[in-house]
Amino acid sequence: MIAPAVWGGRADDDARAWVSALGRVAVALATVVVIAVAVAFLLLPIAALVTYQPLHDLIHGFGTKFATDAIKVSLRTNAIAFVLMIIFGTPFAYALGRRRFPGRSVVLTLVELPLVMPPAVAGLALLVAFGPLGLFGGTLSALGIPNPVFRQAAVVMAILFVASPFYLRGAIAAFEAIDETLLDVAGTLGAGSMRRLLQVAVPLAAGGLGASAAVAFARGIGEFGATILFAGSFQGTTETLPLAVYGEFDASLDQAISIGVLLVAVSAAILLSAKLLAHLWTSSTSTSPSRGGRSIFTLR
Amino acid sequence: MAGLERPQAGRIALGREVWFDAQRGTRLSAERRRVGYLPQDYGLFPHMTVSGNVRFAGRRDRPDLLERFGISHLAQARPQQLSGGERQRVALARALAREPRVLLLDEPFGALDAITRQQVRDELADLLAELELPTMLVTHAFEDAGVLADHVGVLDEGRLVQIGTPTELLRSPASPMVAALTGANVIEGVAVPAGSGSTVRLKGGGELVSATRADGPVEIAVQPWEFELIDPRASSLTDTVTSVRPDRRGVLVRLTRFTVQLPHGESTRPEPSDTVGLRAAPENVRVLAARADGSAS
Repeated sequence: MIAPAVWGGRADDDARAWVSALGRVAVALATVVVIAVAVAFLLLPIAALVTYQPLHDLIHGFGTKFATDAIKVSLRTNAIAFVLMIIFGTPFAYALGRRRFPGRSVVLTLVELPLVMPPAVAGLALLVAFGPLGLFGGTLSALGIPNPVFRQAAVVMAILFVASPFYLRGAIAAFEAIDETLLDVAGTLGAGSMRRLLQVAVPLAAGGLGASAAVAFARGIGEFGATILFAGSFQGTTETLPLAVYGEFDASLDQAISIGVLLVAVSAAILLSAKLLAHLWTSSTSTSPSRGGRSIFTLR
Repeated sequence: MAGLERPQAGRIALGREVWFDAQRGTRLSAERRRVGYLPQDYGLFPHMTVSGNVRFAGRRDRPDLLERFGISHLAQARPQQLSGGERQRVALARALAREPRVLLLDEPFGALDAITRQQVRDELADLLAELELPTMLVTHAFEDAGVLADHVGVLDEGRLVQIGTPTELLRSPASPMVAALTGANVIEGVAVPAGSGSTVRLKGGGELVSATRADGPVEIAVQPWEFELIDPRASSLTDTVTSVRPDRRGVLVRLTRFTVQLPHGESTRPEPSDTVGLRAAPENVRVLAARADGSAS
């Protein structure tokens, strides 16, 4: 039998072990650095925003007429858009999630189109569709409906157009994930389509519905591009919080930053509550024998 | 039958009530049929408690049903906390809350392990006996049908090939497929009339006497417990033992061509690679439909 290569002695093994240990340390270090840089990049601007002015100036900024008007407009328009989105979007998503029909994939693609469309383009599109000189502007005035442009209705429409696809997409996926058997059984137990939707499908999809509704709501609160082009920016009627940030940018940076901090706080609150809801939901039904309603968020 | 599929042809009726008629275009929706449907994994609603599941069907609380199925203590439990047998009882209670006119059980033991399966099946047999409700059960295992059913219908490639009591299916299977389903030894051979019966020369050698008169190529069926093992020197049919293992009903002896079930307490027990002789009473050697190919290959 031939001995292994003479140079492959103990010292050599030691050296190799050293190199591999060094390699592991280097990889660990690189990982830490990459994570630190990414976190810093994402967090520093927010930290700068919050610490830009003394706290009492910041809070004072929330209370100005200018800010409270924008808060009211934002809350009102987003609340209306949210309710419309849930009422019309949920049955729509259920139909798309549970039924197979020709042209279904086309509809699915159309639903996602506003997600990839620049919001300013969406605003333009709404304007040429529903503006006074737009495609349906004449129809609206013929029907005696006041034109929405520069009114609060236009803000609601802009938010719906830009934000509701986030809800629809998540809701369709959530309904799709429901075990068919459960809906079948509900039918044999005497439940009509309305009871199947409200008592079986919606509760089973609730995790996904809640999470995607929260994302859509957050997107709606931050809506800017479509709103400014379609609804304009009038204090007290169409000027939402994001429009107010832009409007005050030239006039008073302090004021703009106050409103910006408010928006960050609202978004963070929505994000956190969505994650918390999703977590509570999955932990209460996660051992479910069905493959239904897994949320798109997880909280570790 | 539950109204979940749209058949291409046929007619489904319960008494005088027509649920489906392909020719007349009648189709009653699932929620109007009153079928107590239990899918394979019972389809309990995971977001409702046990009593919530039952309430869904009857639109009111049914403590009496929970009581009857011995699940009152589980009323507030979620389905995912229940065992297989408990789930079955909840599903039955829920189906009954609907006041069904017929029960439909789709492979009720498919999702269970062997031990649970036997318990759940025996339990179901007792429950069904009490219910006195027409019940249709779909299964792949003849044993399940034998334990639970009064009548068994055998479907082969979508066609009903035989319907009868489990005993009838065992005694006189209509086809080799039915015989094989019941666990019988199905063997090819050539029959020669002899007296009022026939002698069947089996493929692979040996012969058996059947009480049925037949002529030409046939297939015969013999249940494992209808064979007797005898001295090979005194037998016209011999085979070699491949395995011997005890089972619930005695000892199961596998031979190269046959399976033989010996009762408990049989004094002589063969060993693997023993050569043994086989004997079966002529009335138990059932001649199935004559083979069409006309050769005894």
